[in-house]
Amino acid sequence: MADIVLDKVTKKYPDGTTAVHEIDLEIADGEFIILVGPSGCGKSTTLNMIAGLEDISSGELRIAGERVNDKAPKDRDIAMVFQSYALYPNMTVGENMAFPLKLAKLPKAEIDKKVAEAARVLELTEYLGRKPANLSGGQRQRVAMGRAIVRSPKAFLMDEPLSNLDAKLRVQMRTQVSRLQKQLNTTTVYVTHDQTEAMTLGDRVVVMRGGYIQQVGDPQTLYDNPVNLFVAGFIGSPSMNFLPATVEESVLRTPLGDLPLNDRLRRSLSGADAPRQLIVGIRPEHFEDAALIEEHQRAKGFEFTMPVDLVESMGSDKYVYFTVEGERAVSADLEDLTADAGGADLPPQDNLVTRLSAESRVRDGVDARVWMNLDKIHLFDPGNGHNITLNEGQDAGVATP
Amino acid sequence: MSVLSREKAASGAEAAPRAGLSEGKKQERRLGWLLCAPAAFVMVAVTAYPILYSIWLSLQRYDLKFPENREFIGLANYVTVLSNDYWWTAFGVTMLITVISVSVELVLGMGLALIMHRTIIGRGLVRTSALIPYGIVTVVAAFSWRYAWTPGTGYLANLFSPEGAPLTERASALAIIIFAEIWKTTPFMALLLMAGLALVPDDLLKAASMDGASWWQRFTKVMLPVMKPAILVALLFRTLDAFRIFDNIYVLSAGANETSSVSMIAYNNLMKGLNLGIGSTMSVLIFLTVAIIAFIFVKLFGTAAPGSSDDEGRR
Repeated sequence: MADIVLDKVTKKYPDGTTAVHEIDLEIADGEFIILVGPSGCGKSTTLNMIAGLEDISSGELRIAGERVNDKAPKDRDIAMVFQSYALYPNMTVGENMAFPLKLAKLPKAEIDKKVAEAARVLELTEYLGRKPANLSGGQRQRVAMGRAIVRSPKAFLMDEPLSNLDAKLRVQMRTQVSRLQKQLNTTTVYVTHDQTEAMTLGDRVVVMRGGYIQQVGDPQTLYDNPVNLFVAGFIGSPSMNFLPATVEESVLRTPLGDLPLNDRLRRSLSGADAPRQLIVGIRPEHFEDAALIEEHQRAKGFEFTMPVDLVESMGSDKYVYFTVEGERAVSADLEDLTADAGGADLPPQDNLVTRLSAESRVRDGVDARVWMNLDKIHLFDPGNGHNITLNEGQDAGVATP
Repeated sequence: MSVLSREKAASGAEAAPRAGLSEGKKQERRLGWLLCAPAAFVMVAVTAYPILYSIWLSLQRYDLKFPENREFIGLANYVTVLSNDYWWTAFGVTMLITVISVSVELVLGMGLALIMHRTIIGRGLVRTSALIPYGIVTVVAAFSWRYAWTPGTGYLANLFSPEGAPLTERASALAIIIFAEIWKTTPFMALLLMAGLALVPDDLLKAASMDGASWWQRFTKVMLPVMKPAILVALLFRTLDAFRIFDNIYVLSAGANETSSVSMIAYNNLMKGLNLGIGSTMSVLIFLTVAIIAFIFVKLFGTAAPGSSDDEGRR
């Protein structure tokens, strides 16, 4: 049990590339923190530095208040779960779990007790005598977890531990990991590239990109108040819609029509350096079928009519897709996101994704009247990607460059 | 051969995956046999015939100096050879050379493999230079060692034994032979072991160091077990090779002072003595010994190696 503090931790490789830029992060005792970001964002490097598997180029790493920069991994008293599970193929499940305890020279009786206990918690008791090769993916994953928990270490580090499982098993294991962490109440640093995993597991989520921390916060904060275009687009599925916008007199001109400026937006735009060209961001669930909106709500939003491309009925609600004519929102952040998603996870940008109530009667190919909630829209500066609608009073975490 | 045919059959199966059940299976098997027929034919032509012929010769009294005395005598040649001290001395020498050189090569080869595996700067240079001894023709290398140990002119002889002639004394001659053998084939061992090292996933070593293993514990408890199949293959190859040692001894001591290996005395009887019966008997005995060594190793694989048991079958 311990807190972990990263104080301006940097990783520079001999060839001059910097993988991690002066990261500051305080992880509280017992906290479950997620490092999330596209590949190459430095999340795994950060984890390896905490583990001691990679040297820290500069800055300080403290575990339980003690500087551990120069300590070998084995002296840091932390356990790690790898994406490949890294089980010793020549040892049985029981021997795998006992390995760290044997190395710590614990008495045999105590080792047996701890292994049996861990096996019971992870429902591995009947597999203790098997070799890893004869286990399924999910069982191997549990053995890897077991090997970590038997030691009761100061902290757990997990490097995409669920990525090798198939989708259904991943969801089950996600719950199990979460429950286990709550039960053991051990500080856990968890690396993933999957934003769903990040949102569902963590007490707090750290969004990283290009070696910098973009934002740190609890999942809801990241979702409701992303500090920039990157976080806004990365968190949430389906992701936020982005539209180009221009500030005119008292309206915001967008491909959907002229949005009236309410007080909140007016305040955001009143800053001296507020740009005239903007990117509007709005999440799919902040649209609704205009027919289902109550009168007192109607005034808070903006209505437009558009032909429906496609309706996907999910039962609980409907995803309705529209094609937006005209320019696309352009920004470096958005390009990064598209590149990371391979263009596949994100809707093509001329698509508008909306999530309407299941009662909505909209149909393919027919014009639909749609209401959008102006209170929920975000305005971003296309130049630096900053969210200019972020309330100053809100604690939305740090945003380094 | 059985491995070969199994592989061929497997590739045949891939070629015709949609074949029906019984008829398809039959066809598959026929394809398998057809595919390995050329290789099998060559094997029979170049190995089976000479082996069978030498077994046939070993059952006869057949000395080219007295060709008129040629006669079928059953196992009498085997009795002669196996009750002869000369044979058993050579057998002991061969065993000694094999055991010592292979064990030293294993240790040195492992070290070399680790160095080659871990080197980051000048990797190509390190690997190339390590392989140089193996690239030199054995006879050429053996001659250079012989000159180096020749009293008066050789630098090693002058350095280590200015008085005596090391190649003319049994113990020192054997030591030099073993040394030359080790110098020559350690790179080969290292190469095979390096392939084994590549089998050890980095994550496994990282996990071991997180689990608290020291360098030595990571090596003995994680790397060696994972590498075991590769180590066994390397040992098998080298043991079989070392047991047939010939050229180094031929050049360095010519088998004088009881430094002959079994291959040497077989050669002497066959080629110098022209005694086809006794020489063939010795050849057959060498063949049998090699087969026994291989059998022991393969049995060891069967029981201990992962991959061959259903241990790792599901991978």
